[in-house]
Amino acid sequence: MKIGIVRFPGSNCDIDCLEAWRVMGEEPKLIWHQETSVQGFDLIVLPGGFSYGDYLRTGAIARFSPIMNDVIRFAKEGGLVWGICNGFQILTECGLLPGALLRNAGLHFICSPQYLRVENNKLAFTNCYEQGQVIQIPISHGEGNYTIDDDGLKALQDNGQIVFRYVTPEGEASAEGNPNGSRDNIAGIVNKKGNVLGMMPHPERVVEEITGGVDGKGMFLSILKAWEGRV
Amino acid sequence: MKAKVIVTLKKSILDPQGSAVERSLKTMGYPVDSVRIGKFMEVTLAEANKAKAEEVMDEICRKLLANPVIEDYFFELEG
Repeated sequence: MKIGIVRFPGSNCDIDCLEAWRVMGEEPKLIWHQETSVQGFDLIVLPGGFSYGDYLRTGAIARFSPIMNDVIRFAKEGGLVWGICNGFQILTECGLLPGALLRNAGLHFICSPQYLRVENNKLAFTNCYEQGQVIQIPISHGEGNYTIDDDGLKALQDNGQIVFRYVTPEGEASAEGNPNGSRDNIAGIVNKKGNVLGMMPHPERVVEEITGGVDGKGMFLSILKAWEGRV
Repeated sequence: MKAKVIVTLKKSILDPQGSAVERSLKTMGYPVDSVRIGKFMEVTLAEANKAKAEEVMDEICRKLLANPVIEDYFFELEG
């Protein structure tokens, strides 16, 4: 699979993503944000970090990087785009995903393991999980408080676009299980077509036991399975 | 021409920073009802025509300075 990981000035999870894909036997390429084409790739990853130092708003300036025009074109043509953390923020800023990410309700930067529930396992990104499966994937963000208006939320719910919810260890999507104030406990969403996914948690950090778990591996396996099924 | 831009979170959006400052001011004993935190920006434009400058500023605000999903903006032109 031809995987491209976009590196913006201030990205800091680009190498984690690269290593995670290597664990899966793939050899991704890093794409500098000044490049202008993602031609030939099967998947584009927008990694976590602090692109442009989070100036103005998280992801606001990265969204106008030269490479993003072609990432948007690629996404609109059905190419797989996976935004993690800052990548999710960039995807909402450029309008590929609805809503926005605000300061965490408690104002703190949170870096900790987090339980999630898989709400849609029929996607290229999640087909190796069980529907409703509770997984543990770390979060690491100061601006992960997902917000969207009532109509937008209803559309996400009706179309099965909510992919992950923050939950308690027992799998309850309650206020107690919500670390950052996100609306409807939303941790990750997908666009209507199912080819653009954004999520705040970091699955690339949990693909090997030595880093504390392997619950993130399912996403990598899902993407490979979906891609192999297509060729 | 100079533009002074104010960007604020929409009224419907919770402002946890503003709430924290509000609580602090109340603790200090001031008669404060609420605090909202926003951003102030000054943009110097290479455009002398006021109508054109207004058009440009509106576009700049919509596209980059504010995120219309969560923020409102307001600007004033000078000079």
